[in-house]
Amino acid sequence: MRSGNSWPVALPEDRPGLETWQRAGFGLYVHWPFCAAKCPYCDFNSHVVGRVDQARWAEAFRAEIARAGAETPGRILSSIYFGGGTPSLMEVDTVAAVLDTARDTWTFANDIEITLEANPGSVEAARFHGYRAAGVNRVSLGVQALRAPDLRRLGRLHSVEDARRALGLAREVFDRVSFDLIYARQGQSLEDWRAELSEALEMAGDHLSLYQLTVEPGTAFWTRAQAGGFRGLPGEDLAAEMYELTQELCNAAGLPAYEVSNHARPGSESRHNLIYWHAGDWAGIGPGAHGRLGSGAQRVATETALAPTAWLAAAEAGDGISRRTSLSPQDQAGEYIMMGLRSFDGIEIDRARAMWDAALPDDKLADLVGDGLLVLEGATVRTTPRGRLVLNGVIRELMA
Amino acid sequence: MSTPLSRIRNFSIVAHIDHGKSTLADRLIQLTGTVAERDMKEQLLDAMDIERERGITIKANTVRIDYPAQDGQTYVLNLIDTPGHVDFAYEVSRSMRAVEGSLLVVDATQGVEAQTLANVYTAIEADHEIVPVLNKVDLPAAEPERVAEQIEDVIGIDASDACLISAKTGVGIPDVLEAIVQRLPAPRGGDPDAPLKAMLVDSKYDQYLGVICIVRIVDGTLKKGDRIRMMKTGGTYDVDDVGVYRPAMTAVDRLGPGEIGYLNASIKQVRDTRVGDTITHEKKQCAEPLPGFKPSVPVVFCGLFPVDTSEFEDLRDAIEKLALNDASFSFEMETSAALGFGFRCGFLGLLHLEVIRDRIEREYNIELITTAPSVIYHIFMKDGERIDLHNPADMPDPSKIGHVEEPRIKATILVPDDYLGDVLKLCQDRRGIQLDLTYAGSRAMAVYDLPLNEVVFDFYDRLKSVTKGYASFDYEMIGYREDNLVKMQVLVNDEPVDALAMMVHRDRAEMRGRAMCEKLKDLIPRHMFKIPIQAAIGGKVIARETLSALRKDVTAKCYGGDASRKKKLLEKQKAGKKKMRQFGRVEIPQEAFISALKMDE
Repeated sequence: MRSGNSWPVALPEDRPGLETWQRAGFGLYVHWPFCAAKCPYCDFNSHVVGRVDQARWAEAFRAEIARAGAETPGRILSSIYFGGGTPSLMEVDTVAAVLDTARDTWTFANDIEITLEANPGSVEAARFHGYRAAGVNRVSLGVQALRAPDLRRLGRLHSVEDARRALGLAREVFDRVSFDLIYARQGQSLEDWRAELSEALEMAGDHLSLYQLTVEPGTAFWTRAQAGGFRGLPGEDLAAEMYELTQELCNAAGLPAYEVSNHARPGSESRHNLIYWHAGDWAGIGPGAHGRLGSGAQRVATETALAPTAWLAAAEAGDGISRRTSLSPQDQAGEYIMMGLRSFDGIEIDRARAMWDAALPDDKLADLVGDGLLVLEGATVRTTPRGRLVLNGVIRELMA
Repeated sequence: MSTPLSRIRNFSIVAHIDHGKSTLADRLIQLTGTVAERDMKEQLLDAMDIERERGITIKANTVRIDYPAQDGQTYVLNLIDTPGHVDFAYEVSRSMRAVEGSLLVVDATQGVEAQTLANVYTAIEADHEIVPVLNKVDLPAAEPERVAEQIEDVIGIDASDACLISAKTGVGIPDVLEAIVQRLPAPRGGDPDAPLKAMLVDSKYDQYLGVICIVRIVDGTLKKGDRIRMMKTGGTYDVDDVGVYRPAMTAVDRLGPGEIGYLNASIKQVRDTRVGDTITHEKKQCAEPLPGFKPSVPVVFCGLFPVDTSEFEDLRDAIEKLALNDASFSFEMETSAALGFGFRCGFLGLLHLEVIRDRIEREYNIELITTAPSVIYHIFMKDGERIDLHNPADMPDPSKIGHVEEPRIKATILVPDDYLGDVLKLCQDRRGIQLDLTYAGSRAMAVYDLPLNEVVFDFYDRLKSVTKGYASFDYEMIGYREDNLVKMQVLVNDEPVDALAMMVHRDRAEMRGRAMCEKLKDLIPRHMFKIPIQAAIGGKVIARETLSALRKDVTAKCYGGDASRKKKLLEKQKAGKKKMRQFGRVEIPQEAFISALKMDE
């Protein structure tokens, strides 16, 4: 164990850390804000409306891509991600319009990853071949649970059988398939989760996102919890055991975690999400989409209007971005540390300090390494399994 | 306008808290038309919010009532409303010396309480004529005969002609007024032409007028323009104004023998005046001051620190302002490794401490950390020197100490006999020595010799809790005694926390230490590492607990769109932690400092 001021701080004259935005990749995030129904746990920007004029939305997305392209000349696009909302409610033509425009705007990387989040309902599954033809090569299915009562409690409209069928079809149609599960649910025991996760691993493609249920402000669950009507969530100890069991089962099935809640067969990690966790650049379009664009030592955070109609009007008027904020050196380093420690690749001390020279104080690192929460390999800091479970505390500790 | 002595009656009201003293005073004022109906509000005499809210009187107040009696004469009745609490026992005794009689108000549904006893004995010592008044006789639970009997048994005064009243409804109030005139004596002696001799009953600070003194004239005459002298403090002042309270301040030409009123003499701070001092004329002084003067001495000490360390100067300002109106509390700057800059303050008792603390928090809007109350220990060093220890953190090297003496009190507890066993156990657990145990009806009176340090923190709370609120308690200081007292340190993650250090009896140290460690284990939030919590005497650990490490605190989902929001959330949490106090790597919440010392036995 190291202590004191003995951490290696190699900062070459040309501060190469500043160029790693490019190394971490460049992505496009497209937000589709509509859902057939709002789920009680969801705090994402989603809206339920009767009818959506998809042609008008496609036009607005095209305009936004053209604008974003003009702001990022010469970038190589390594990923496109359709998130939501429920992007599988997008008509195939709408998806195709976005992808065609993107292809005309940026150079695509040879191995570009194009992901679409989909609900495992039958309506959505019917569009899979169309999405594939438009260029989508990866889907992420919101399965959420493999137990009927839990699906109902989570407000999901699909059945366990729908999920199995959709997953089967997805695996035939797309190169890469992931699905989401929510665990540490009300009344769930360790053994319940062991059985359910084992079934899930049988069905799994190359990627799994396994989230512990979090009651977020602004959700229906939150309102219920505030009123005292949300009982039976596992306590801290059981939640920790469930997390540890998850690691054990996934490792055994060849799908180790590469981020707090994400598991993949080696090489099948979500390239798009790694852009976030490696603090790369991405353009964000659609209502409520965020983006990060680096240029020299500058890094700009972009935001768009949350309300679909407001965003549509702004995009049609020529600029969908409602706010551009230049991140301070301290904020840049803070985001890098917070996002980077989620990834099992960890963070590079030099890069953090190139952003802000007071980042990652040696005494704090030494304490956290001493506590067995972080490990240092060369100039890379990673969380230990125990550190990962208390990552919020680790990040707070490292914050200035 | 001096009134003939024969038509003056000066009196106070003795009552337990909640037995209706202030309500009775309100009724007397109201019935005699002293205050216009529209100005009437509950507890007229209790000027401060805190007094009104807690139903307690901190400062003596006085009111002059003109009463046309049944004999056709109009009498001047001067009521002094005295502080009823043991913390202000000396102030009570001075107020009592200023009047000749007392109304003893007892709740006819409750009976005599310990506090009533202490104050009625003070009245008897001051040679008062006492008129028993049984209040709340309109309530179904009232038992006036039984309570009258109890007054005779316990206090030993005749209660056969007690006034039966309901201060709330006004029933019986005219009888009380008649009894004051007929049964209480007129002021004794009093020569208007003799040199001025007046007692300073109390003084208070008014932000517009400066210090106002309440005075009782014994001999001579006091008027505007007089040059007066305070015989103990030696201060001399020109009298700007004299007057009486009706209860609004009303200027008069002069105050003569037997009268009670106020004087205003441009005195800057209350500290310049001493309750019980004798006031005379500078030119023509009286031969002898009034007997019985003693300066007030703080007995309970604690540290007051601002929660927000940047508010230290505001705290200093608040304390200095409060000190203007309260000569009985002392303060000096204190530095704590844990808590930063604050003040070590001395108080007359626990209530006094709470009142001052509440006023700082409420009137000056400063959140405070209050350290464990402590008493003054006499540390006798081997070299013969005596050190008065106000703060356990300042304890000298034990190897150089000969012996330690602690202050003891005589506590009187009145309790329904159903709860007697619990009370005796509590007193025994607090190292009490039983001095007396008697019964009056179904109530027991236990008298204990107790160490003050066992009482200062939560004895009263515990007493209330084990007796479901039925016990009453009073105490007086009875001096110092040697005992096996040691300083117990608390170490959190191997760092000593000075604010939690305390003096304990060696035999009780393990128990206290264990309780403290267990309490802290619940009060300190879990950290990312495990934290040993230890109690130690000298270098020897006597109790230990381990706070296990936090197991899980991680955000499940965090993608590009979440970065700003999640980061803000973590920053907010981090800022929240700054409100805690940092000891090495451990953050301890404020409330731990007080809560840790409350013992659940």
